[in-house]
Amino acid sequence: MTTPVPPPVPPPNRSPGLSAEGVSKRFGAVRALEGVTLDFPPGRVTALMGENGAGKSTLLRILTGDHRPTEGRVLLDGETVDLHSPQDARRAGIRIIPQEPEIIPHVPVAENVYAGALPRTRLRLLDRAGLRRRITADLARLGFAKVLDPDLLGSELTPAQRQLVEIMRALTGSVPPRAIAFDEPTSSLSEHEVEALFALIGRLRDAGVAVVYVSHRMKEVFRLADRIAVLRDGRVAGVVEAAATDEAELVRLMVGRDLSSLFVRQQVATERVVLDVRGLTTDDVAGVSLRVRAGEVVALAGLIGAGRSELALALAGDAPVRSGTVALNGEVLRLRNPRDAVAAGIGLAPEERKAQALFLQRSIRDNTSLVSLHRLRRWRFVRRRQERALAQEYADRLRVRAPSVEADVRTLSGGNQQKVVLARWLARKPDLLILDEPTRGVDVGAKAEIYRIIADLAREGTAVLVISSELPEVLGLADRIVVMQNGRTTGELSRDQATEEAVLALAMAEDLAAAADPTTTGACADAATASATDATPDADADAAQTGETR
Amino acid sequence: MTTATPPTAPAPDAGALPARSGGPRRLLAAIGGQNLSLIGALVAVVALFGWLDPNFVGWDNIRVIAEAATISGLLAVVQTVVIICGGLDISVGSQAGLASVTSAMVFTSAGADPYLGIGAALAIGAGIGLFNGAVIVYGRVNPTIATLAGLAAYKGVAQLVSDGRAQGYVLGDPVFVFLSRGRIAGLPTMVWLLILTAVAVHALLTYTDIGRNVYAIGGNDTAARLAGINLNKYLLAAYALSGTVAALAGVLLTARTGSGQPVSGSEGLELQSITAAALGGCALKGGRGGVGGTLLAVALLGALQNGLTVQGINSFWQNVAQGALLVAAVVIQQRRNRERAVGLPA
Repeated sequence: MTTPVPPPVPPPNRSPGLSAEGVSKRFGAVRALEGVTLDFPPGRVTALMGENGAGKSTLLRILTGDHRPTEGRVLLDGETVDLHSPQDARRAGIRIIPQEPEIIPHVPVAENVYAGALPRTRLRLLDRAGLRRRITADLARLGFAKVLDPDLLGSELTPAQRQLVEIMRALTGSVPPRAIAFDEPTSSLSEHEVEALFALIGRLRDAGVAVVYVSHRMKEVFRLADRIAVLRDGRVAGVVEAAATDEAELVRLMVGRDLSSLFVRQQVATERVVLDVRGLTTDDVAGVSLRVRAGEVVALAGLIGAGRSELALALAGDAPVRSGTVALNGEVLRLRNPRDAVAAGIGLAPEERKAQALFLQRSIRDNTSLVSLHRLRRWRFVRRRQERALAQEYADRLRVRAPSVEADVRTLSGGNQQKVVLARWLARKPDLLILDEPTRGVDVGAKAEIYRIIADLAREGTAVLVISSELPEVLGLADRIVVMQNGRTTGELSRDQATEEAVLALAMAEDLAAAADPTTTGACADAATASATDATPDADADAAQTGETR
Repeated sequence: MTTATPPTAPAPDAGALPARSGGPRRLLAAIGGQNLSLIGALVAVVALFGWLDPNFVGWDNIRVIAEAATISGLLAVVQTVVIICGGLDISVGSQAGLASVTSAMVFTSAGADPYLGIGAALAIGAGIGLFNGAVIVYGRVNPTIATLAGLAAYKGVAQLVSDGRAQGYVLGDPVFVFLSRGRIAGLPTMVWLLILTAVAVHALLTYTDIGRNVYAIGGNDTAARLAGINLNKYLLAAYALSGTVAALAGVLLTARTGSGQPVSGSEGLELQSITAAALGGCALKGGRGGVGGTLLAVALLGALQNGLTVQGINSFWQNVAQGALLVAAVVIQQRRNRERAVGLPA
């Protein structure tokens, strides 16, 4: 930001850079974007913010040719560009760094970067020398020479290096980039790598590229962005100069209301133990002991890879139990498969709702009734009216926003899809409900509703086990927090003891112990380092949140 | 089910869907776009061949079409179930051939006991189906590969036990005669069997919890497993059903030709049944499809085949037409999915 910016000279009439003009996009009945007009001027970084489901990714996809707008158009330097594919956008000089890098696993970095446009000799063979020259030059030019070995295979890359490959793809090629969109680029980067990325973005800006920067992280946005555009419910909620705004205003723009009453705090836990896990060991967790009482909300905290989701799956019967016991309401269960768990009264809303929970092509009714069909049938025939009434009841109770319960789940937004998963289990009335990242990819409005649902469940006496990687959520929701690392529980905190620092300390307890103990053998130290590296993205995310809330 | 309720929590700017729609529109929605285009194609085919030869639409010819389509229709109906589960059974033709041989040979060696012959054939069909399912589920073999192996192996078994020749003669027996030439209320017995099977499978898929679970398994097997559905049981049952009905088709083949046929008459049934299911709207990835669409496709294929034969078109061309239709059906299906045309299809 300290480097002098060459003043962009805007032509008076047409706005230069990348623009969306009156862009609308509908997917079936869902209106993802509604009349969005936004400019991304050259030589400036424009941050694009908004809740999940506000339309950020849809807008990015339209700008980069992945989706066609239902209405409106995309302009580059005032000229309409008709984008039919990402290739069209690429040729026009519009690039995107996707959130999830696409890497070819068995091919070296150099070939990954130039995939599709590899240099070749006159005999149409791969020009290895030319490839080497080009990758060396490009790595040096972009300042990645020290962090990216061009001979590494795609499968050997760390998340950060994978991201760098995507960035190199965007910045190389015959057409120089005129506009680049970064979609939450820092989510898998360490602090050091984030610095390198920011420096790079600064250089791009100085070179007159229009930069679109999508992020949830306030700190980053304020550090990097010149302007901030906020989307809400598919419309532009506001465009502000970064220097002339603050966090509070952005939150107001994003949410459209006050955030303070998000968590429903209450203490309804009883003494009756519903879930009693003793020394549970599976392939992924070791010696886990844990209790959840009726009406109690227990959060499982920890870094990514700590074994929390694996524990959830084991409790749901989806992982073979090697030793230890799981008892529900005082009765030791034999969990051979998820059927046993469901029959015993354990429900799991898994981490990946689309992949693990939902039937996207089926209706809300079908998705809701699935685990309750046994009480909706006569002989083996499903009683349609009762089924519909059940689905309607829970759709109303959870405020699922859809034209009707006959709507296909794929047409719903992330938050409403999550509510359908919850509706399925609520209709079943389990004694223990396990919620794995229940608010991931869910907008703030739906988050608040999910918190309310959890509080309601607890009040009705359900034992609730919540897995969450968002510390504020863990602290706001839980009566008690159990922290895991490397498949083991490292500690337990009551609501009064719980702070973000205390949770993080337990989440990294084994690493801290290893670091403090000089007698640790080399092998152990290596393992600890490795696990710390694995956990980097999450630690980083948590650190960022800690920073924000301070 | 018949009326749409108003939105549960209408967002102010949410696409205001009509809460109620008129009778015709509701009817159209119930039939479905895919089935409408099938009906359109059927009408076009009938009109074309009826114009070329008025006898084509005569009652007698329609009966011929129905009888000819019965065997492939039965297989198409169970293929629908297997495909909705996310599987595929390309061994149905060979299973039918083996069942045909079995029924005739057991009939003969059991001293002309038709029930023993038919029972043995059905039992063998169910057993083979279970075996297919077990190879897929427990052997972890891709369904296409497993049943491709079955296609070859069961045909070989049928040829081995029959020495590659037609076996036995069953048309001296009233039960087989009734199956091949009998009529109930004016309709051939065979057609009744198809109708009964189709209605039963349709009811199973649409109105029972079993059907829900079948769609769930094909739609998202992980989600189905985590919801407590016993995937293995359903997959084994689907293949066993497929084998049993393939055996029934084999018995009908025996009844029609008068003897057990190891290969003739059953070869190519897998192609016909898969074509009908795909044309009828089954997603080959599983999770979507239904008996209604499949039967319409069977009728369309039957009319087309009969019409081409009546017009004296070389039967080799019919193979070309079958293959073309199968590919066309899947291409149309995939275009509806709006999958991007990059690399191998998902």
